[in-house]
Amino acid sequence: MSAESAVATPEELKARIEAGIPGAAATVTGDGHHFNAVITASAFRGLSRIAQHRLVYEVFGAEIGGRIHALSIQTQVGEPA
Amino acid sequence: MSETNPLREEIQNAITENPVLLFMKGTPDQPMCGFSARTVAILQSVGKPFAAVDVLPDPRIRQELSALSNWPTVPQLFVNGELVGGCDIVTEMYESGELQQSLGAEAEEAPAPAPEVAQPESKPLSIEDLR
Repeated sequence: MSAESAVATPEELKARIEAGIPGAAATVTGDGHHFNAVITASAFRGLSRIAQHRLVYEVFGAEIGGRIHALSIQTQVGEPA
Repeated sequence: MSETNPLREEIQNAITENPVLLFMKGTPDQPMCGFSARTVAILQSVGKPFAAVDVLPDPRIRQELSALSNWPTVPQLFVNGELVGGCDIVTEMYESGELQQSLGAEAEEAPAPAPEVAQPESKPLSIEDLR
């Protein structure tokens, strides 16, 4: 968890998204403050875009807008990995 | 009324009263964030009037908005009282044509005239309106 106090990295975000969302595979790019995540997950099936994005935001909680200044999200429904 | 949260109530009223309402950083004229700027540009391209609230003058606006909408980031677009999403979702919906549909832009027989960015038909809200 100590890594979370340092500057956020795309690798950290990818790992946390994939750990936090069932069946998720993420591609994350970013500079430590602004990130872009493309996420395919089986958990997105049947959910509205709003609900899909909320799942991703929930992984990071209050870090969004703080430590993670901005996170752009594109979601796709995927098959279980 | 005295036991409720007046600012949150004002925000809820603004959402209810404005069919297309964008909470953003800055104003449509002077967006203060790239995501807000992009969302404004998309709405202007659709050509339907929209109201806008600048969340920057008072951090409580953003806090209360996010608590109300269960959405952590700004901008936030509301259509007919419902959260549509932020910049990413608005962009996706614009590219797929869903946004134009939800704003009723396709129903127009003739293309709607592009509104002046500075003077949307709906009353632009400001922090003064929210207090």
